Amino acid sequence: MKTNLPILRFQPIDFQRLVKIGLWIMTMITLLVLFFIIIFVVSKGIRVVNSEFLFGLPERMGKEGGILPTIIGTIYLTVLAIIIATPLGVGSAIYLTEYTKENIFTKIIRFGADCLAGIPSIIFGLFGFILFVIKFGLGWSIISGGLTLAFMILPTIIRTSEEAIRAVPLSYREVSTALGGSKWQTISQVVLPNAVPGILTGVILSIGRCIAETACVIFTAGSSLRIPTSLFDSSRTMAVHFYILTREGISMERAYGTAVILIISIILVNFLAYWIMYRFIRRKGGHGG
Amino acid sequence: MTILPGESVKQKIEIANLNVYYGDFHALINVGMNISDKTITAIIGPSGCGKSTLLRSLNRMNELIDGSQINGEILLDGRNIYEIDIFSLRKRVGMVFQRPNPFPLSVFNNITYGPRVHGENRQRVLAEKVEQSLNAVHLWDELKDRLKTNALTLTDEQKQRLCIARLLAVEPEVLLMDEPCSTLDPIATLRIEELMRNLAQDYLIVIVTHNMQQAARVSDFAGFMLLGELIEFGKTQNIFTSPKDKRTEDFLLGKFG
Repeated sequence: MKTNLPILRFQPIDFQRLVKIGLWIMTMITLLVLFFIIIFVVSKGIRVVNSEFLFGLPERMGKEGGILPTIIGTIYLTVLAIIIATPLGVGSAIYLTEYTKENIFTKIIRFGADCLAGIPSIIFGLFGFILFVIKFGLGWSIISGGLTLAFMILPTIIRTSEEAIRAVPLSYREVSTALGGSKWQTISQVVLPNAVPGILTGVILSIGRCIAETACVIFTAGSSLRIPTSLFDSSRTMAVHFYILTREGISMERAYGTAVILIISIILVNFLAYWIMYRFIRRKGGHGG
Repeated sequence: MTILPGESVKQKIEIANLNVYYGDFHALINVGMNISDKTITAIIGPSGCGKSTLLRSLNRMNELIDGSQINGEILLDGRNIYEIDIFSLRKRVGMVFQRPNPFPLSVFNNITYGPRVHGENRQRVLAEKVEQSLNAVHLWDELKDRLKTNALTLTDEQKQRLCIARLLAVEPEVLLMDEPCSTLDPIATLRIEELMRNLAQDYLIVIVTHNMQQAARVSDFAGFMLLGELIEFGKTQNIFTSPKDKRTEDFLLGKFG
């Protein structure tokens, strides 16, 4: 390009500075939006958060009282989903990485898992509603909700576990085999223990998704405000509670109060995930030396 | 081609007409050699000549590679290694790798891994094995108070000694060493070589090495390989002082490789 204007003759170093500023601005915008959302929610909801709100029973459909049943419901559903999805996901990941050769079949499975991970959760909700609630006659219940959530997070757990297992150095497997270890001994005693941090990271991110999930749960676990006493009771999660309080105009203040608790739990879960990832990376770094 | 060192002595390992293919690539061509117990045999040759393939054929580690195919005969104490249960074969024929590769576990758990895999769970026996194995590689005095430390925190030389100790703990008969000193400094290398000489009093050792001087220093017998063929095999002294084959001589003189 010909240009006679000396002012426009950008040197790479100038361009580099410009790019850096541009990237900095983008990062700042992202952070600002994030902080704005959190500050907005917290400022609107923090006033109602106290021990009675956390540990009290709701009254008048949530217009007054606390959110204890929704906290319990969230925990039940999340724990159930994780208990179902983790063994299934880790088992599939072990099979895919250790027992199959890379071929069209594994590629299809992997592609399928990736697609499944991208399906909107409301589709899973409808699927769970038709299969578990209606077809299996489980009704709106923690078991229906837990199963549906488990299917929703399964692809994530498979893929993260796969990556974690693949990241275990080949040399560990070689040594174990050379010492006369069988394939399963190698997997169970060398590969899996070294993949645990990576697998846990995927599980924890899935916990976050379960806690935050609405569409999937409202169709399958219902929205009962009683404290559930069995797996077959309907239950309401914090996210669903927030949705109903807002949607039906019951109490904006309490909706935001619930959102504050929701955000705090997600942040805690994410901190846990980062802590584990940090340890994982440090450990891997240690191996190279 | 077959050369028999000490023909009358009963051979520990007998290899005959060994051919290994990786897909279409003919990695080992009609290799034959006999190795007697309690000796060190060095396999030398340029990169890609099949040294490691030969070594890995002896404990059937080649089978882990996709598309590998093996023909020929390898006898251990007169028995075809393909008739021996693969797990006990690998217990008898152990391997030390190029990079020191301890598990990210404690020193103690590294050494007991092998015995535990083979069903030994008695703490007393395991503790004994740890002491014996560490003693055999001259690490016991250094590490006896640090058995619980993570093996990844050791020096490279200690790690490689630990890997040898881990191997000795399963009570092998043959030690295969795939360039065990290539990541170590010269002083550590000399000390590991000294250790190999000590170990040769009890074990048959086959070592693959790039380092000609190392082969000359440490081995009793040496085999020179080129493009998948065993060109020459015999007493190390003879190979190094009066090679029969022109190619061996050229390699030893540094004309290629």
